[in-house]
Amino acid sequence: MIDFAVVEMSRLQFALTAMYHFLFVPLTLGLSFMLVIMESIYVMTDKAVWRDATRFWGKLFGINFVIGVATGITMEFQFGTNWAYFSHTVGDVFGAPLAIEGLMAFFLEATFVGLMFFGWDKLSKLGHLGVTFMVAVGTNFSALWILIANGWMQNPVGSKFNPETMRMEITSFMDVIMNPVAQAKFVHTVSAGYVTGAVFVLGISAWFILKGRHTEVARRSFTVAASFGLAAALSVVVLGDESGYALTDNQRMKLASLEAMWDTHPAPASLTLFGIPDVEARETHFEVSVPWVLGIIATHSFDQPVRGINDMVATAAERIRRGIFAYDAVERLKIDRNDLAARARFEEHRADYGYALLLKRFIPDPRLATGEDIYKAALSTVPNVPVMFWLFRIMAGLGFFMIGFFALAFWRASRHNFEPGIFLKAAVVIIPLPFIAIQTGWLLAEIGRQPWVVEGSLPTFLAASSLTIGQIWTTIIGFTLLYGSLAVIMVRLMLSTIAHGPERSPPQRGDVPDRLSGAVPGIIPLPAE
Amino acid sequence: MLPTPFDYETLRLIWWLLMGVLLIGFALTDGFDLGVGALLPFIARTDEERRLVINSIGATWEGNQVWFILGGGAIFAAWPFVYAISFSGFYFAMFIVLCALILRPVAFKYRSKHPESEWRTRWDWALFTGSFVPALVFGVAVGNVLVGVPFTLDSDLRSTWQGGLLDLFTPLPLVAGLLSVAMLVLHGSGWLSLKIEQGPVLVRARRWGQGAALAAVVLFAIGGAMLTYGDYGFRVIGTPDPRGPSNPLFTAAVAAPGAWLENYSRFPWMIAAPVMGFAGPLIALLGILRRADLPVFLGSSLAVIGTISSVGLSMFPFILPSSVQPAASLTVWNASSSALTLWIMLIVTIIFLPLVLLYTAWVFRVLFGRITTEQVRSNPDFY
Repeated sequence: MIDFAVVEMSRLQFALTAMYHFLFVPLTLGLSFMLVIMESIYVMTDKAVWRDATRFWGKLFGINFVIGVATGITMEFQFGTNWAYFSHTVGDVFGAPLAIEGLMAFFLEATFVGLMFFGWDKLSKLGHLGVTFMVAVGTNFSALWILIANGWMQNPVGSKFNPETMRMEITSFMDVIMNPVAQAKFVHTVSAGYVTGAVFVLGISAWFILKGRHTEVARRSFTVAASFGLAAALSVVVLGDESGYALTDNQRMKLASLEAMWDTHPAPASLTLFGIPDVEARETHFEVSVPWVLGIIATHSFDQPVRGINDMVATAAERIRRGIFAYDAVERLKIDRNDLAARARFEEHRADYGYALLLKRFIPDPRLATGEDIYKAALSTVPNVPVMFWLFRIMAGLGFFMIGFFALAFWRASRHNFEPGIFLKAAVVIIPLPFIAIQTGWLLAEIGRQPWVVEGSLPTFLAASSLTIGQIWTTIIGFTLLYGSLAVIMVRLMLSTIAHGPERSPPQRGDVPDRLSGAVPGIIPLPAE
Repeated sequence: MLPTPFDYETLRLIWWLLMGVLLIGFALTDGFDLGVGALLPFIARTDEERRLVINSIGATWEGNQVWFILGGGAIFAAWPFVYAISFSGFYFAMFIVLCALILRPVAFKYRSKHPESEWRTRWDWALFTGSFVPALVFGVAVGNVLVGVPFTLDSDLRSTWQGGLLDLFTPLPLVAGLLSVAMLVLHGSGWLSLKIEQGPVLVRARRWGQGAALAAVVLFAIGGAMLTYGDYGFRVIGTPDPRGPSNPLFTAAVAAPGAWLENYSRFPWMIAAPVMGFAGPLIALLGILRRADLPVFLGSSLAVIGTISSVGLSMFPFILPSSVQPAASLTVWNASSSALTLWIMLIVTIIFLPLVLLYTAWVFRVLFGRITTEQVRSNPDFY
């Protein structure tokens, strides 16, 4: 029998380790491209101040990067250690993007990152820029493959269940790569990473300006961060991954639950801005909504309805009923591989096989399910609506705030306005916000997929390894202690590196003498000057 | 989608070989990093000496470690049963290795960020632990695979593991664990022979290498004797269908003492692997005694290739035998991904593995040359 406590603890451990890992990765994504921008300006202008800036942010990048890499090791192996049945069921599909990530992306970034730090005096300026660029490309490719894997869990295209091997197998790798959910997720996630990097650079630069220290590097960095951040913030919101929410039943359910939309709305559906979702009464109180907007975002049309939670539960119940036929066929095939009637029956109902597995939460053999079991299993396809509703509003609210903030920062930077004041102070204070937005975004995506670990195919509660609660407690405590102490050490090291500030590197051959040292306060040249 | 020019049997064989290539790639590259880390507290005493040792791998350990990640990913993609059953079964062992490998990158990066000797000593021990522990545990794990591991499969192919962490430490796995440490320490000292200046540190490294080479030969011989005379080995019953679906329950196998040596009489060319396993450390030893540099590294590399290949070839076609339900044992013919996945992954590997090797070689070339104390003192980028 399934031990639900083990499943819940395994989920907790995965959430802890994944969310921790994902504190560092977005910063790596964002900083890597900002290093490329700054170093490119150095190569083009030969001004030493840009090299100093690149080296300073590179140092912070390194402190952050290494924790991202170290905690990423856990992620690569945790599917096997804690989610053995998931690994067995989906390895044929899910393992491929993970392995390709290692081969195509992680090798690139990890091999070149050493040279990026150690190669300043061994490479030409252009050569070193090339190395920095390779690191940035590697980190972003890495995100691409990981999100192709994750996107497949949200929308398992290009694959089907094979009863002979009891697992999902690839039918079209192209479909797995071109999965629209994965594509939307990739753009959305890396853009969020760019925003994180930009807020980080902007905030620290603002702090230097406020303190009147290292203003040469700080103002230039502020300008780069403001422009890079504005573009990224726009892209996060405009290319949000809602566009994929009309594709599958689970994605529709996710959309309906984050909108707390209980009943199907006639097209085009309205977008709820605010409300208090009430799970008991299955309605949302004090709803404030904007007509049409949701229908247009979600379906890209004016005439398709957006389906509500109640409607989707009814669909789930039908699919569970059909799934039982597929389940029965699979059980017969286990006894006799050559049972042609069973095979034909499986083929007929294969799309709903996973829905029958939902019944295993309530009854060991889904074939014996009563109408009530089916109803309970159908209800279990609704994720936690209030949590979804609020997570989405926090994430989206922060997203819009970032656009406004970066617009202001960009406007100020373009007017060379670096006057110490409330805006610069705010820039320091908001450094944690993108991290909060990203974590809520991850929770939204993963909680929204529940009860599935792979949408429509494998319920989460069946996916965990056969471990004991004691084993998982040990590793949760172990990881928490290890990760906790690493976090403390890392933050201290970051702070002392920031307090130390950028260093002036000895002049190099080909540097343009920096005529602007000690220039008039308040004005810095833009890169093009 | 893509027409597959190879049949399922060939693809499985190719991926069995590639798994070996990846494991050997990992042991050859990250292996010397682990060896150097394990040697660190014993061959370098002052801070400057330690920085000399650390910076001999400072710029390249990160790329080398990807072999480990890639190994995990490739086993996931090509041998999902192996990934799922062994990693969840070796739960605490995996956890210990993960903690060690998490500690190691951080130790490299953070150690020299503060001048206090207390801070640095602490990270030096983290580096030692982060290197020694994985080297030992990997060997112990391989030893257990040779013994057979206690997993069962039900009709849903869900695995259950009977046994805990301490059950892993039986005689053969312990020999394998120590052999792995000896081999990687030798490999580490082989790397240092090429990469650091002549001086007291190198002298100590080579002295340790000498001991490690002897230990590797002796332990390899003990391991071989245990496989010959001990109660180890499994055999497939009947003729498995090498093109059949990947379902371990469709084949049968039994425990058969001594069966791990049967392949060598069936395919005599396979003897080349254990021969390399013996010759490698001896060549390295000769190099150390003769004060040559390159032979030490070549010898230790040969030892790594020979030893790992010996294990793989002895067990073929088994990958992960089950000691409690031998019929559920994982073999090359029943534990792979689908033919299409194997084929797609093969294409990706054929394109990208040479590229990886190419740019890795370029990076090593840029960083070519011995690290000197002078550089450690003057270069601000060094750890």
